[in-house]
Amino acid sequence: METTQASPRKLYIHQSRPRYGWRKFTNVATLVGTGLMTLVAIIPLFWIVGYVFYQGSQSLNLAFFTKTPLPVGMEGGGVLHAIEGTLLLTLVAAVFAIPPGVLAGFYAAYHANTPLGTALRFGTDVLSGVPSIVIGIFGYALFVKPFGTYSGFAGALAMAIVMLPTIIRTVEEMIKLVPQSMREGSLSLGAPEWKTALKVTLPAAVEGIITGVMLALARASGETAPLLFTALGNDHFEVGSLVQSGLRSGKPLPMVLWNLLAQPVDSLPLTLYKYTQQPYPERISQAWGVAFILMILILAVNITARLVVGVRASKNRGH
Amino acid sequence: MTKISSAEAKKTPAWLKWLNTVLQHGDRPWNTLLVAMALLGLVLIVMIGLMLWNSSGEARALTGLQFLIPTNDANWDPVNNNFQAWPFIYGTLITSLVAVLLAVPMGLGVAIFLSELCPTWLRTPIGLLVELLAAIPSVVYGLWAIFVFLPTVIQPLGAFLGNSLGWIPGLNIFFDGSMSESGASRLAAGVVLAIMIVPTIAAVSRDVFIAIPHAQREASLALGATLWETISRVLVPYGMSGILGAVILGLGRALGETMAVTMVIGNSIEGSYSLLRPGYTMSSVIANEFAEAVSQIHSEVLIEVALILFFMTLILNAIARLLVWSVARRSPQGTR
Repeated sequence: METTQASPRKLYIHQSRPRYGWRKFTNVATLVGTGLMTLVAIIPLFWIVGYVFYQGSQSLNLAFFTKTPLPVGMEGGGVLHAIEGTLLLTLVAAVFAIPPGVLAGFYAAYHANTPLGTALRFGTDVLSGVPSIVIGIFGYALFVKPFGTYSGFAGALAMAIVMLPTIIRTVEEMIKLVPQSMREGSLSLGAPEWKTALKVTLPAAVEGIITGVMLALARASGETAPLLFTALGNDHFEVGSLVQSGLRSGKPLPMVLWNLLAQPVDSLPLTLYKYTQQPYPERISQAWGVAFILMILILAVNITARLVVGVRASKNRGH
Repeated sequence: MTKISSAEAKKTPAWLKWLNTVLQHGDRPWNTLLVAMALLGLVLIVMIGLMLWNSSGEARALTGLQFLIPTNDANWDPVNNNFQAWPFIYGTLITSLVAVLLAVPMGLGVAIFLSELCPTWLRTPIGLLVELLAAIPSVVYGLWAIFVFLPTVIQPLGAFLGNSLGWIPGLNIFFDGSMSESGASRLAAGVVLAIMIVPTIAAVSRDVFIAIPHAQREASLALGATLWETISRVLVPYGMSGILGAVILGLGRALGETMAVTMVIGNSIEGSYSLLRPGYTMSSVIANEFAEAVSQIHSEVLIEVALILFFMTLILNAIARLLVWSVARRSPQGTR
C-alpha cells in the first residue's frame, strides 16, 4: 500500500501538514509513555511484595503461629491470637453478609431497570465508597455503646457492612451471565420463582459467586479501620484455651462459643497496625511477619480466584 | 418410596390450596424477602447518616460553623472543649489533591495501554497485577511506606523540592520548612495515596474506553489521525464523563483512606500549610483519638468529623456513579 501510493499522498500531507514528522514522533512518544506508566504503576507491587516476603520470612518460626504475644521486651511469642481472630471475624462476617448479599444480588439482576433496582445498584455503589473508618464508628455506635463492651460481634458486623456491596455486585454480574432460557425453561415447567432461583439459576452461577465472595472476604479480612473501635484487639484471645476453660466452668458449648465473640477480638491487620506504633524492634520485626501472613493469604485468594474465573471464561468462549 | 394413587395425590387439603394461592406457591414471601434485602443497602446508608447526625448533636451545637472555617491558628484542645477541624480538613484535601494529581495521568496511561495498545496475551496478566495492587491491605502499604518508601524516596524527594521550590513566591507556602527526618509528611501521605488509587482510576477508565464503540476509532483512523490523536481527540472526549467519574471515585477513596495515611502523615497539628511538614487528616484523627477520647464531647466532635467525611464521600461517589453510568448508557453495546 505504501509503495503504490506513497509519493502523492506524502506530498499532499506534507504540503497541508508540515508537522507530519512531529505527529509521528508524538504518537510514538506518548504511546511508549503509556507503556512506561504501566510499568511504573506496577513497580510498587513488586517492591512491596518482595520486601514483605524478604523481611517477613525472617521473623517466622513455629512459635509465631502457635503462641500468643509475650509482654513487650521479651523475645519470642507469636500472633496466634490474631490469626484465630481474623479467621473467626471473617467467618462470622461472611455469615452475616452472604445471605442478604446474595438475595439483593438476585434482585439487582432481575429488576435492573425498575426504580428500586436502579436505587439498589446506586446505593450499593455509594455504600462501597463510604470510608471504612466511618463504618467503624457506625459499628461502635450501634453495637458497642449500647452493650457497653467492645466485642467480636461488633467487629464482624462492621466487616459484614464492608463486604456487602462487593458481594451484591458480584452476585448480580454472575446471575446476569446465566442464560435467560434456563430460567424460562424452569418457570415454564411450573416451578415457582424461588425454586427456579435456588435450584436452577444459583447452581449455574455458583462458581463465579464463590470466587467473588472469596475476593470480598479477602479484601475485608485485610481491613483495619472498621475494627479499631469495634473488635478493639485482645492479646489473650486464644480459641483453644478459652473454650476449654469455658467448658470446665460448666457452661454449655453454644454459650462458650457465643462468649468468644462477646469479648474484644484481635485480627492480623489490627495487630500489624499496633505493632508499628510501638518503638520496640522485636515488635517491628513481628509486624513484618504479620504482613507476610496477610500477603500470602490475600495473594493466594486473589490468584486462585482469577485463575478460576479465567479458565471459566475461556471455557465459555469455546462453546 | 411409597406409591401414591392418583386419587390420593389430587386430594390436596383445602387449606394448603388456599395457602398456595395466597402465597403464590412461595413466590410472594420470596419476592418480599428480595425486596427487603434490596432495601437493606439503602437503609444502611440512611442509618449511617442518621446515626452520625444524631450522635454528634451536642458537638454541632458547641462548635457551630466555626468548626469548618479556615484559620491559621486552629485549636484542638479536648481538655478545654475547644475544637476546630480546619487542620484535618486541609490535610485531607491537600493529600487527596496531591494523590489525584499524581494518579490521574498514571491511571489514564495504564487504562490507555491496557485497552488500546497492549497485545491481547499481555492484557490479562497486567490487568491482574493492577488488581493485585488494589488488593494489598492498607496497613501493609503503611508498613512498607514507613520503613522502605519514606526513607528511600520521599525524604530525599521532599528535601529536593524544598531546596528547589521553597523560594518561589506563591509556591513557597507548600514547600517551606525543612523535610522531617523520618519523611513523615503530607507529601508522603499524598504519594502513598496516589499509589493506592491508581488501580481504581485505571480499572474504571479502562472499562470506559472498552465501552466506546469501535466505529469511533475506525472513523478517526480512516481520516488519517494517528493512534495517539485518535485517543486524545476522539476517545478521551467521548468518554470524558466516564473518565471524570473514575477520577472522582479515586478521589473518594483518597479522602476516606485511613490506615496508610495515619501511618505516614506524622499526625501533628501545625500552623504550617507545607507539604513537607507532618499533618493530620480527618480519618487519621478519628483513628488516633476516638478509642481514647477524653470526654463525651470529644468523641462527639470526632463523630462530627466522621459526619463531614461521610457527606463528602457520599456526594462525590454519587456524582462519580452518575457520570460513569451516563457513558455506559450512551454507548450501544454498553453493558453495565
